[in-house]
Amino acid sequence: MSIVAFVLISILTLAGALAAATLPKLIHAALSLVVTFLGVAAFFFLLGAEFVGLVQVFVYVGAVAVLIVFTILLTRREATAADKFNWRGAVVAIAVFAGLVWAILKTTSLSIAAPQIPALTVKRIGEVLMTDFVWPLQCVGLLLTAALIGALILVMEEKRQ
Amino acid sequence: MTLSILLVVSAALFCIGLLAALSRRHAIYILIGIELMLAAANLNFVAFWRFSSQPQQPTGVMVAIFSIAIAAAEAAVGLALVIAIYRHYRTTNVDKLNQLKG
Repeated sequence: MSIVAFVLISILTLAGALAAATLPKLIHAALSLVVTFLGVAAFFFLLGAEFVGLVQVFVYVGAVAVLIVFTILLTRREATAADKFNWRGAVVAIAVFAGLVWAILKTTSLSIAAPQIPALTVKRIGEVLMTDFVWPLQCVGLLLTAALIGALILVMEEKRQ
Repeated sequence: MTLSILLVVSAALFCIGLLAALSRRHAIYILIGIELMLAAANLNFVAFWRFSSQPQQPTGVMVAIFSIAIAAAEAAVGLALVIAIYRHYRTTNVDKLNQLKG
């Protein structure tokens, strides 16, 4: 794992996230979110979990980001209204970040280097998914069906009397 | 590169998501913040798997995959709710949705 790639991906991801959280125009925030998701996918590739990186690109960049852009365009009438920034949220976020960093840096067992590991193949993931994780897989299938039907019912046009 | 620096990056991503969810009043910004927090959690799962002593057992990767699926379901339902609220109230500002307030 090269340090240069790690630093570049970190900067890209965090800058995209910061832009998504603070840009005043909603559509710009959604596009910055895409950059952040690509950065997280690059992290997964860097960590040797190529399959998760691909799933991240397909699901987040391909589906969730498009869904967010569609929602922005469907609810656009008010999108330009001034959205005042609440600074109390920033104070809470910085406090939480300081607490987390303090806890991470205090734990000495976390400062370990990455061990050499065998590559994680898609074949192995498929095997595990069909043996150890078969019930979670069924539950996720059920959940996705329920979410699909629920989302459809929520946005269905109400019948006029 | 050690595990702790990766966890610091993921904590920063989480706190930026928290910032978006707490300080903006537009419903879609809040959903974007929640997605950022979920991405930070996934990054933690994969990082702990990569630095674990038993990498041949891909539990962290599995949890990340299931978490991505659940995040997709959450985004679909959340955005459908935003559209339904917009149809009803003609606004997506969460401060104006105060009809249940006593």
